[in-house]
Amino acid sequence: MSTAITFQDLTLGYDRHPAVHRLEAQIAEGSLTAVVGPNGAGKSTLLKGLVGALAPLGGGIAFGGLSGDDIAYLPQQVEIDRSFPLSVVDLVAMGLWREIGPFGRLRRDQRPRVDAAIAAVGLTGLERRPIGSLSGGQMQRALFARLLLQDARLVLLDEPFTAIDAKTVADLIDVVRRWHGEGRTVLAVLHDEDTVRAHFPETLMLARQLVAHGPTANVLTAENQFRARQMCEACDGPPHTCGRSAA
Amino acid sequence: MWDYVVQPFADFGFMRRALLGCIAISVGATPVGVFLMLRRMSLTGDAMAHAILPGAAVGYLISGLSLGAMTIGGLIAGMAVALASGFVARVTALREDASLAAFYLISLALGVLIVSTRGSNVDLMHVLFGTVLALDDAALILLCTIASLSVLTLAVLFRPLVLECADPHFLRSVSGLSAVTHFTFLALVVLNLVGGFHALGTLMAVGIMILPAAAARFWTAGIGGMIAAAVLIAVLSSFCGLLLSYHYSLPSGPAIILVAGVAYGLSLIFGPVGGLVGRAVPRPHFET
Repeated sequence: MSTAITFQDLTLGYDRHPAVHRLEAQIAEGSLTAVVGPNGAGKSTLLKGLVGALAPLGGGIAFGGLSGDDIAYLPQQVEIDRSFPLSVVDLVAMGLWREIGPFGRLRRDQRPRVDAAIAAVGLTGLERRPIGSLSGGQMQRALFARLLLQDARLVLLDEPFTAIDAKTVADLIDVVRRWHGEGRTVLAVLHDEDTVRAHFPETLMLARQLVAHGPTANVLTAENQFRARQMCEACDGPPHTCGRSAA
Repeated sequence: MWDYVVQPFADFGFMRRALLGCIAISVGATPVGVFLMLRRMSLTGDAMAHAILPGAAVGYLISGLSLGAMTIGGLIAGMAVALASGFVARVTALREDASLAAFYLISLALGVLIVSTRGSNVDLMHVLFGTVLALDDAALILLCTIASLSVLTLAVLFRPLVLECADPHFLRSVSGLSAVTHFTFLALVVLNLVGGFHALGTLMAVGIMILPAAAARFWTAGIGGMIAAAVLIAVLSSFCGLLLSYHYSLPSGPAIILVAGVAYGLSLIFGPVGGLVGRAVPRPHFET
C-alpha cells in the first residue's frame, strides 16, 4: 500500500509555540484514521497544516502524489455566515467548484449529482431552505454533501460529530465508510472513543508529540491515554527554545 | 401631477443631468452596498468615505475644483486605506473592522488638517456635500463609466464574492481567488464612493450605497432579488429626492438620502421578510 501523507519531523505552531512537535508518521493511501488526543494536543493544528493554512515551524509534509486540489477539508467550527442568503442546494453545489470554477455554470448533467449528494445525507426536500433555517445536525449533513461533491482523494474532518445527535452521527459515519470503501484516505479528529473503536481501523494519538500510531486496538489503551495526558500537562510549563537537534 | 413630476426635468438641463448622475450612482453603488451589508461591513462604506477625504482635498488644493485631480486623489487615498487595512486583516490578528478604523481615522485626520490649513469652509462643504445640480459632461461620463465598470466587475466576480462573504475558508481551500476577490471588492467600494462624492459628497454617497441595500433586505431573501430591489429603491429615491429639492429648494444630496431613509423606514415596517408588521401579525405555522 502506498503512502498518502508523510509527516517529516513536522513542527506546527503559533507564535513560536509548537502545537505539534516533531511529528514523524506515515498515513497509508486509502486508510481511515482517527486522530485522537486531549484538548490542546494539536489535532486541529495538524489538519490546518495539512491544508496549508499554517506553515510549518520546522520539518515538512510530503504528499504521495496528492496535490492541493485532491484535499477536502471540513473545519471544526465552520465559519460560515449562516445569515447569508444561500439555499441548501447553493451551499452543496459549491462542492463542484473545482469542476465548474468561479465563472462556469452548473451543467445539466451535474444537477443530478447535486441531488444525489443531498439525498445521500438525507436532506432531500430541504433543497430550497435557506441555510440559516437549518438545525446544527442538518447543517453538518449539508456540509457532508458538499464534501461528497468535492470528490477528493484525501478528506480531512475536524471534530465532525461534535454536538450532533446519534442518528445524524450514524448517517454521517455511513458516508465516511463509503469514502473508505472507495479507496479515499480519510483523517478525522474525534473525541468519542466508542465511535473510533467501532468505525476507525487506524488511530493516531497526539499529545503535541506522537504518542502512538497504528491499529486502533493497539493505540487506544489506558496506558497510552495516561501518557498523552501527562505529556500535554508537561508541555504547559514556561517556554524554552527547543534544544533537541534533528536526528 | 405632470407639472410636478415631469416638468422640472423637461424644462431644465441641470435636472436631467442630476437625474442621470444619480441613476448611474444607484446602478453602480447599490449592488456593492448589498454585498457590504451581507458581509456585515455596512459601516465600512462610511469609513471609506472618510478615508477618501484627504486625497480629494489634496487634489483640490493642487488644481482647484478639478474633476480629474480630485478623483485621482480620492482614489489614491481610498485604495491606500483599503489595501493597508485589507493586508493587515489578512496577515495579522487584527480584525478587518479594527484595522480599517485605524487607517481611516489617520486618513481623515490628515484630510481635515489639509483642508483647514489651506482651504476655506466652502471647499470643505463641497467635498462633503457634493454638487449634484452642477454635474458637467465630464462628471457624467465619469459616473457612468464607474457604474458600468462596477456592474461588469460584480457580474464576473459574483460567485467568488458570494463565497468570500458566506464561507471564506472554503473559498480559500478550493481556489486562490480569495485575496483577489477581497481586494477587488474593496476597490469597487472606493471607486463608487469616489464617483458618488462628485454628485452627493463623500458622506451622502455612502447613503445611496447602504440605505437601499438595508431596505431591500426586508423585501426578498435571495441575493439577486435583493440587488434588483436595492437598485430600484435607489433610483426611485433619487427621482423623488431631486423633485423635492427642486420644489422646496432643499439641498439635493440630503434630500435624496432622506427619501432613501423613508424607503428604509417603510421597508422596516411593512417588508414581508422580517418586517415589523409581519412579525406582529401571527400567521399559522407549517406542519413540517
